[in-house]
Amino acid sequence: MIAEKNITPKLVVRDLNFFYGEYRALKDINLTIPEKMVTAFIGPSGCGKSTLLRTFNRMYQLYPKQKATGEILLDGNNLLDKRQDLNMLRAKVGMVFQKPTPFPMSIYDNIAFGVKLYEKLSRHDMDERVEWALKKAALWNEVKDKLKQSGTGLSGGQQQRLCIARAIAVKPQVLLLDEPTSALDPISTAHIEKLIDELKEDFTIVIVTHNMQQAARVSDFTAYMYMGDLIEFGDTSTVFTNPKRKETEDYITGRFG
Amino acid sequence: MFSLYNRRRLINFISLGVSILAMLFGLFWLGWILLTLLEHGLPGLTPALFSKMTPPPGSDGGLLNAIAGSLMMTVLGTLIGTPIGILAGTYLAEFGQRGWLAPITRFINDVLLSAPSIVIGLFVYEVYVVHVKHFSGWAGALALSIIVIPVVIRTTENMLRLVPNTLREAAAALGAPQWKVINFVTLRAARAGIITGILLAVARISGETAPLLFTSLNNQFWNGDMDKPMANLPVVIFQFAMSPYEDWQHLAWAGALLITFSVLTLNIVARVMFRQNSNHH
Repeated sequence: MIAEKNITPKLVVRDLNFFYGEYRALKDINLTIPEKMVTAFIGPSGCGKSTLLRTFNRMYQLYPKQKATGEILLDGNNLLDKRQDLNMLRAKVGMVFQKPTPFPMSIYDNIAFGVKLYEKLSRHDMDERVEWALKKAALWNEVKDKLKQSGTGLSGGQQQRLCIARAIAVKPQVLLLDEPTSALDPISTAHIEKLIDELKEDFTIVIVTHNMQQAARVSDFTAYMYMGDLIEFGDTSTVFTNPKRKETEDYITGRFG
Repeated sequence: MFSLYNRRRLINFISLGVSILAMLFGLFWLGWILLTLLEHGLPGLTPALFSKMTPPPGSDGGLLNAIAGSLMMTVLGTLIGTPIGILAGTYLAEFGQRGWLAPITRFINDVLLSAPSIVIGLFVYEVYVVHVKHFSGWAGALALSIIVIPVVIRTTENMLRLVPNTLREAAAALGAPQWKVINFVTLRAARAGIITGILLAVARISGETAPLLFTSLNNQFWNGDMDKPMANLPVVIFQFAMSPYEDWQHLAWAGALLITFSVLTLNIVARVMFRQNSNHH
């Protein structure tokens, strides 16, 4: 089914190595992430899946001792290049974190904050953008009457959808989700998984998850990582039903990890 | 096993008892101080206290000039010290992870925080009062601001460090430059704590006597000119309480009551504010 879809590479990772000081956390990763599909990274804790995700928007650059070598091509341009403008990169590659991170401001301002960094919109246009983003994140109906209230007053699941709305309001091309549901209850998780399915119409999505059922449910492609190595990468049904590597099979069937 | 459990209960019981006794011991002195203040100061709390100037011995008067002088110098000292303190505290918390400047600044700030206030008074006397050759309200406010700065630096840094790193990452992930992350996200998240720190600094300086003794000195008359010696509550209390005149001593008690309850109120306001805001998150 997936093979029939047109596959265009969005992110191409070539010989990527990553270092926390002296420690080598990613080892010669090569990987192609297809456009407008969901790619999941799975693997045991500490395998490097979050580290890999955080190279795509160069989040690691906040910390002086972390560095990446190799290439990551976003539409053909190497985003690890020193000349790549960080803020412009992050306008194209949005991110949602494990714990909801609403800013200490109103729901409206939470979403307008990112938009204002790149666009000068009239009041009316901004209102429309906020509504668009909240509708995309399936939150509009719950918050439309309290846009002026603080974002920190929402429930955990609502906060996480607010963060998704905030990320997509900037209209990125790629959306990185770092264990987006691990702090949420099953109902909120179901909400977000449904949302991911809808969002892949417009965005290329990369999700890190600890939950293998979740990877199987939401993703088109799956990468299994272990100890900084990419063990197996392929379309999700193949990886889960007919893995090429013994290690992948052991992890997926629960014999390991 | 059972005796182990009983022993633990006994130790718990004793520890709790000792803790309560220690608390009562502290509260007892505080209560006594407040009672004494109320007993001696309350009769002095008349309209004249707020409407008349400090009198010569033997005549009627109030503390208006001292109250006004204290307010002016406290406000000015806070206005000078707070921005410097917030900026330096922000530097230490947000940029002070690498390099040698931040640890040194932090160390000097700790020294300043515990410096005796009389040293600060002498310092301002030497570098300012000696050069302009007269005591003044400016000098007083300057000395107070030097006391405010380390308190605000310390609380600002501590409060910013309590802001979770994920919040900074989230703002940076949207492509916000660092100054926007700090201004619009981290400082806002730490706002309640920083304001609490400022209020505590105000409480701290409103009772300081030593730094004002060498800088603003005192003034028997109404004075709104910051460039002249200025009356203030702590120094008036000091002078009047030491005097042999009974009416001056009464005024000193009333002034002491005024300061104590202002500081108490500020502390309570600061705590209530901080609690409300931390519950909110």
